[in-house]
Amino acid sequence: MCLGIPGEVIEILTDRPDLARVDVSGVKRAINIGLLADEEVKPGDWVLIHVGFALSKIDEDEAKAAMEFLEGIGKAYDDEIAALRDSQIV
Amino acid sequence: MRFVDEFRDADKARALSAKITGLCEPGREYKFMEVCGGHTHTIYKHGLEDYLPESITLIHGPGCPVCVIPMGRIDDAIHIARQPGVLMTSFGDMMRVPGSGGNFFDSNAEGTNIRMVYSPLDSLKVARQNPDRQVVFMAIGFETTAPSTAMTVLRAAKEGIENFSVFCNHITIIPAIKAILDSPDLRLDGFIGPGHVSTVIGCRPYEFIAHDYGKPIVVAGFEPLDILQSIYMLMLQLKEGRSEVENQYSRVVPWEGNLTALRAIAETMELRPYFEWRGLGFISHSALQVRSKYAKFDAELLFDVPGVRVADPKACQCGEVLKGVLKPWECKVFGTACTPETPIGTCMVSPEGACAAYYNFGRFTRTRVREASIS
Repeated sequence: MCLGIPGEVIEILTDRPDLARVDVSGVKRAINIGLLADEEVKPGDWVLIHVGFALSKIDEDEAKAAMEFLEGIGKAYDDEIAALRDSQIV
Repeated sequence: MRFVDEFRDADKARALSAKITGLCEPGREYKFMEVCGGHTHTIYKHGLEDYLPESITLIHGPGCPVCVIPMGRIDDAIHIARQPGVLMTSFGDMMRVPGSGGNFFDSNAEGTNIRMVYSPLDSLKVARQNPDRQVVFMAIGFETTAPSTAMTVLRAAKEGIENFSVFCNHITIIPAIKAILDSPDLRLDGFIGPGHVSTVIGCRPYEFIAHDYGKPIVVAGFEPLDILQSIYMLMLQLKEGRSEVENQYSRVVPWEGNLTALRAIAETMELRPYFEWRGLGFISHSALQVRSKYAKFDAELLFDVPGVRVADPKACQCGEVLKGVLKPWECKVFGTACTPETPIGTCMVSPEGACAAYYNFGRFTRTRVREASIS
């Protein structure tokens, strides 16, 4: 729950501009990008996700480093990805 | 030492370690608190204490929201879940936190319906799909998760959803840091500031630590090198007689925080007069409740909530661990009666709790336990 996980934006949903489809370690899910309303978010951007909401934009290097770190911490990250896989917000 | 071997930048870590050691004044002891449970996890996982000189001790702070929730709030949540027509939803982290009569799984075995969700938005979807049930979201967390709850309440209001509410347990980090600074039990030399919370609140709220208490604080990232770099920055401040707020994690944390997130919190929530924290007791203005404008989404107003204070089990010393007065292994039941499989206290439940992090990783890497006991 406290982990911020990096995801790559695949698309902004056309009927809901506050939602985006992202790819997190191969898991593709919709998340909310409403907290980044002050910034432009577009496909190819990386975001740090907390409980279904993008909290900040990050660059690709940071995303890769964060991913490597999270994959190294083991179960806590596995649990987070499993929870994300079950998430169906739309 | 198997985890240390996996550490990617061990050479860079050793170089930082040498620089940190070079800043130590002979005969002086240094105590730094890492506020965030994520940092505690990194420190134990990578055996970072082994990279530090013996005169530097890291104290684990109260920054694990699952760890600081008092037993009475778990009992309250279960009490709400038992009321007719209620479907409770919760982050997975909360499911195994013991209340006085068992945890959420135990409660479900006795007939309640408490479901795990990844996001409060999942909870809102459950409400849409179950119009005949009252869906309650057990909201928990610091300022990293509060904006998500706030945005979900705003969404529910916009859609006019009538069967969704929040049992709000959001807490705020600043009053907890202040309580620790005011505690006579502990003398700290500086803080490793939380990374993700600061993404939301920014760095400015920490200025009182530097200005009023004269202690340095460095907001830090979560990788091993981030933490060592932050300790180096703290040591440099001490050496040069400075006490400032510095941001080591500026690649993610903006100085001003996330204003959209802060506005969403301010719109839907307000400070409680006081809230009980496990280990730290009652702290004024340290938690959030649903603002009266959104009262119809406030589970505490919709349902009977006993609000009974429950003392921790006698054997449990989570309180002392959360205050940084005891190290995990100094607790009487650590690793014997209390393990991640059968936790007695919250610090053993959450993977970010100091006890679980130490149980899972730290004891394999720690080569210098004895000096770490706090005098």
